Amino acid sequence: MMDHLTPILVGTLGAATPLVLAGLGELITERSGVMNLGVEGMMLIGAIAGFATAVGTDGSVILGLLGGVAAGVLAASAFAVLALSLAANQAACGLALTIFGVGLSAFIGQSYVSHSLAGLQPWAIPVLSDVPFVGPILFRQDPVVYLAFLLYVLVAWTLAHTKVGLLLRAVGESPEAAHAIGYPVLGIRWLATLTGGGFAGLAGAYLSIVYTPLWVQNMTAGRGWISVALVVFAAWKPTRLLLGACLFGGVTILQFHAQGLGLDVPVELLAALPYLATILVLVLISRDRNLLLLNLPASLSRPFLPGR
Amino acid sequence: MTLASTPDARLQLIGITKRYHALVANDQISLTVAPGEIHAVLGENGAGKSTLMKIIYGAVRADAGQMLWNGRQVEVASPEAARRLGIGMVFQHFSLFETLSVVENIALALEGPFNLAALAERVRSVSTQYGLPLDPGRLVHSLSVGERQRVEIVRCLLQNPQLLILDEPTSVLTPQAVQKLFETLRQLAREGVSILYISHKLHEIQSLCDRATVIRSGRVTGHAIPSQETPASLARMMIGRELPHTEMAPFTGTPHTVLQVDALSAASPDPFGTALDAVSLQVQSGEILGIAGISGNGQNELMAALSGEAPVASAAVKLEGRAIGHLDAGARRDLGLGFVPEERLGRGAVPAMSLSRNALLTAHRQGMVNYGLVSYTRAAEFARQVIARFGVKCGGEQALARSLSGGNLQKFIVGREIAQNPRLLLVSQPTWGVDVGAAAQLRQTLVDLSRQGVAILVVSEELEELFEICDRIAVLAGGRLSPPQPRAACNAEAIGLLMAGPQAA
Repeated sequence: MMDHLTPILVGTLGAATPLVLAGLGELITERSGVMNLGVEGMMLIGAIAGFATAVGTDGSVILGLLGGVAAGVLAASAFAVLALSLAANQAACGLALTIFGVGLSAFIGQSYVSHSLAGLQPWAIPVLSDVPFVGPILFRQDPVVYLAFLLYVLVAWTLAHTKVGLLLRAVGESPEAAHAIGYPVLGIRWLATLTGGGFAGLAGAYLSIVYTPLWVQNMTAGRGWISVALVVFAAWKPTRLLLGACLFGGVTILQFHAQGLGLDVPVELLAALPYLATILVLVLISRDRNLLLLNLPASLSRPFLPGR
Repeated sequence: MTLASTPDARLQLIGITKRYHALVANDQISLTVAPGEIHAVLGENGAGKSTLMKIIYGAVRADAGQMLWNGRQVEVASPEAARRLGIGMVFQHFSLFETLSVVENIALALEGPFNLAALAERVRSVSTQYGLPLDPGRLVHSLSVGERQRVEIVRCLLQNPQLLILDEPTSVLTPQAVQKLFETLRQLAREGVSILYISHKLHEIQSLCDRATVIRSGRVTGHAIPSQETPASLARMMIGRELPHTEMAPFTGTPHTVLQVDALSAASPDPFGTALDAVSLQVQSGEILGIAGISGNGQNELMAALSGEAPVASAAVKLEGRAIGHLDAGARRDLGLGFVPEERLGRGAVPAMSLSRNALLTAHRQGMVNYGLVSYTRAAEFARQVIARFGVKCGGEQALARSLSGGNLQKFIVGREIAQNPRLLLVSQPTWGVDVGAAAQLRQTLVDLSRQGVAILVVSEELEELFEICDRIAVLAGGRLSPPQPRAACNAEAIGLLMAGPQAA
């Protein structure tokens, strides 16, 4: 039993990382009252931009990841111009961004299909990684996994304990009131949206540079959408988001192993399992209406222009 | 009154003009406020006071005119810029964040280090000092309207402003608390803070304010020293005619008990709400029973239990002898209960729907629905009748509810309920944020309705209003109802003490 369990759990965190990153980004964006449905598109743009950067810099992982972040921010800024500054419908702009991202990444990616990268070796954290069972699962991961979890701590702490977090929640709940007491609502929403784009771009670049270090068209495979769903079902709470992402990661790895066992179940069905399981569990744990109402950014997807 | 620059003025407005399409909200408005002066801005709702205040506070830009701040011309581009200058504002429509706690709301408006624990202490001490007790840890969505206003006031006081703008700040306070607030404001004025005080309560302006600027239809119609005027002369400047007063004829029919509430106890669905504790009352046909008290003392829970929004034990509420406690709101309306809730926009009416559609929401019982199909012509006709009968100023029955002023929308909502010929009418805060003329009309309407044999229960935080229209008055404090007393046997001080509840003793 243990010899099956450990590799599954080791893989879980890596598989969860893109969702943690993209989900945290979307959580920040949505907390400010902006619903950006373009996460899938931003991840793909980040993935191809990161991959191209890494290939162009002789395999520099760091530059590649930064390239992914920059591309994600750029993609989010296109969304922000339309949905924030011009107050266009956020759902429509987000969908457009996703469709655009799918197409653009496929177009750029044509010349990168045959390339591959070295990826990243795990960093074993001294002492901790030698703890039996827990050590290899938690502390023999690649650096981006650690980064994702650090970012989780940072975001959760910022939201709960700092004025920045308070302001973000305030703007998301009532942009009118935030404006009335003198905060630049549009600027805050812009920043939150760009931050979300950066996170999504990093998530995409992680997929193409580290997780499976090659470019495959549409390689995010709906992870962006799952991230958006995670944010809602997690009631905009980072810890629930993290748990949801880990659940998805765990089932992803689990079904790979199940495929390897040669069960008489169609592979497609197994591949759908992480999505199904994640949604199901999240629906079940988010049935508390009060929790949702208290945490829902009340102005979500409602445009706000000051002075109207 | 000279318009030349007054060098030692704290704030001077010269020729402020603001147009919204065809409507001129502010037309060449000029006024001057000296340091340490309490200056009243008197005017009806819709007179342009709010627009003017928003211009001063930077939330709206004037089309023309100048603003001088401590003798220097300034452009207040945003509320933030206004706060930087030292202008604080207590909004009439609160600018609070519902899912954040009191102290978090206040922290957002303050500069300086972010330390919630220390701030909570300051909030506690300042709020107690000014007689506006607040629990800093409570979430704003669980606060009553009155408590929310306290948050706004305390938030402003913590900003140490040079100019404090207060928009109808006393409507939710007990008479004692009003006196305390006035002491606070006078103290602030002595310390050099200028105060712009917007109110329609003439006696308050007379007792508090040094000078007054009266605005009607966007224009300044007079400058006055309130202490040298009479309420009647101020009212004339404000509304252009005599102050109306309510005619109370005695009820000539035979009274019978319409609403009977026996030992009604109900937990509050809100974790921070007030549970009702054995509330008993009777309302006879032909009378108005007033329930005084500060919001948050069980008012919401009582209205929910009586209107049917939160059904209770069957026998606890009886309508003309019939136990209705278990019925939902729709079933109770079928039996002749009318209800005007406190929030006009969002509860009494749907802001984005036309008056005609809003009429349909409760008046569909008046033959507007046949075999499940809505007759929009009948709804429109009903709405037109309400508009005509109650003098609702609006752009017709297709006007959106949110396009009406507070007073006119309230007239429409009250009218909608009355036009359904209820046997019992529950009204919560009938004239909240309503201008003097409309308020007088609403009060007279309620009195007239009761004299036709309808039983009316009014919950209000405005004591003067209850004294004006009620036959009997009871006080709800801490979820308990005091025994109703005939109006003649009540006085404001005694009611005020009951309102403050046992914790004040």
